[in-house]
Amino acid sequence: MFKDLFQKKRKYATIPSERLGTAGQQEGERPKREIPEGLMNKCVKCGTIQYSKELEKNLKVCQECGHHMRLNALERIQMTLDETGFEEFDADMISVDPLQFPGYAVKLEQQKMKSGLREAVITGQGSILGQPVVVAVMSFDFFTGSMGSVVGEKITRAIETATEKRLPLIIFSTSGGARMQESILSLMQMAKTSAALARFNELGGLYISVITDPTTGGVSASFATLGDINIAEPGAVFGFAGRIVIEQTIRQKLPDDFQTAEFNLAHGQLDMVVHRKDMRSTLGKLLDMHAVKGGF
Amino acid sequence: MSGELPFEMPLAEMRKKIEELEQFGQEKGIDFTDEIARLEERYKRLEEEIYSNISPSQKMHLARHQQRPTSLDLIQLIFTDFIELHGDRLYGDDLAVVGGLAKLNGVPVTVLGQQRGKDTKDNIARFFGSAHPEGFRKALRLMQQADKFRRPIITFIDTKGAYPGNTAEERGQSEAIARNLREMSSLGVPVVCVVIGEGGSGGALAMAVGNRVLMLEHAIYSVISPNGAASILWKDASKADQAAEAMKITAQDLLKMEVIEEIIPEPKGGAHKNYEETAESIRSALLRHLSELSGMDACELKEDRYRKFRKIGEFEVAASEPIEQQDEQDAVL
Repeated sequence: MFKDLFQKKRKYATIPSERLGTAGQQEGERPKREIPEGLMNKCVKCGTIQYSKELEKNLKVCQECGHHMRLNALERIQMTLDETGFEEFDADMISVDPLQFPGYAVKLEQQKMKSGLREAVITGQGSILGQPVVVAVMSFDFFTGSMGSVVGEKITRAIETATEKRLPLIIFSTSGGARMQESILSLMQMAKTSAALARFNELGGLYISVITDPTTGGVSASFATLGDINIAEPGAVFGFAGRIVIEQTIRQKLPDDFQTAEFNLAHGQLDMVVHRKDMRSTLGKLLDMHAVKGGF
Repeated sequence: MSGELPFEMPLAEMRKKIEELEQFGQEKGIDFTDEIARLEERYKRLEEEIYSNISPSQKMHLARHQQRPTSLDLIQLIFTDFIELHGDRLYGDDLAVVGGLAKLNGVPVTVLGQQRGKDTKDNIARFFGSAHPEGFRKALRLMQQADKFRRPIITFIDTKGAYPGNTAEERGQSEAIARNLREMSSLGVPVVCVVIGEGGSGGALAMAVGNRVLMLEHAIYSVISPNGAASILWKDASKADQAAEAMKITAQDLLKMEVIEEIIPEPKGGAHKNYEETAESIRSALLRHLSELSGMDACELKEDRYRKFRKIGEFEVAASEPIEQQDEQDAVL
């Protein structure tokens, strides 16, 4: 009974964590950026308020509950890659509105303003602990990380560059799925990226897939699951169909941990779940393991 | 006639009138030959008008028609000596996907299809044609078997999408689809895919990475079902018709976008009006495409398939201009 009293405060501060639709991205994303600018910050999971600076230092992981907050692609690059020498690919590639889909052109402009990005993925070459690598980093804050022609093309080109240069490849995924405003063209990006990975694979390239919250739909059902090594951040939602769709299909409530990284690890879909603070060193070690072939 | 869709009702009503008049004439011994001929003429004109202007949402209903031929219906009519093979060798046998060996014009091929049920009981057993991972894995097993024995592969696409359930998720629905996409691109034999009804999302694509992708005239193919799109975009699944119009899901749209290679004509009023005619049209298209592909070796077939999908996508490269942002972001690069 006393316990209940103490939990009251938490109840008020909790924001229900959103769940995603199936193949398309959800329209009703949060109106504001997740991490508002300012001195203080509130964890969306446990409601704990903490200093923004402290939170930054903690790699945007809640000091109280360990919740891994979503990162913008730029933040992820800064956190994971070596400080110098990042060379971006195809920075100027932007989406068009091939189907003249109602509202798409306007929405694209809004997403640019909101996220500060041109599209939902940044690709390029950099290094981790001194080891060169081609990376693609998706950003959920641009159009829920949805994959249309540009995301598919940039990722395919990054894979092709890694293939040509014989470099390892790391893709950090986060996406609500295929971008339905480009309809069939979005769907085909799944085949395009996967085919590029097949070639990379045949030539012996190392691909590490890092799955971050949330990764669903068309992205989870293409390149995100095709890593030689699949890693996820703790708590990351990772699955094909959205929770609500599944609950409607089976007419049952799903357990809280359904489709989390830990759930996927238990079901054999992941190699490991890695805390954000250990991500850079883990990737560094894995790259090192693959840098030397033979030698005995 | 039965199973008319709403847009076909004027035709059905006129047909009924003609029949009534015929019957009345017979009963009363009155000769209505001229009137009936005139009505038949009007019927033809109306039929022409209705069937030459089928809208995307009407096509969606045609593609989902309960009497539309399924993969098994067409397999029986197009091929001879079909031997069904079962199971993924990992978990089970998903009846939402059928496959096996058959002969096309005397030549052995591997044929696969996504299989809707013919009635409620059948539909439940086949999950309404929505595959679990084991369905996609069965398909992949049979495709790799075809690759080993150098048999061409033919797939029929007809699904609302991959099964959206917890069991499918637990067994790696994403992985099963993704693996098919990757492995299909590496097959060294000709792969021809035909969308015969509804091509829904990743579940359809997981069996549709072909050198040639063909569609029946009234088939649809899209990234998300129009119902799903409507519920996300307008929070109203009943606006599926509206979404169908916006999403460019028809065979005609996809041909224009160069996502598919050919449209296979259907009998007037749709494939369900004449199974044999539909099967014959598919058969002759398959023979033509397979004979075109037969001149390519394994490497060329892979290259051909890679190029087909590699070129899909529309974008532009903008002049480098900084993005103005609403709220200040700590630029880190």
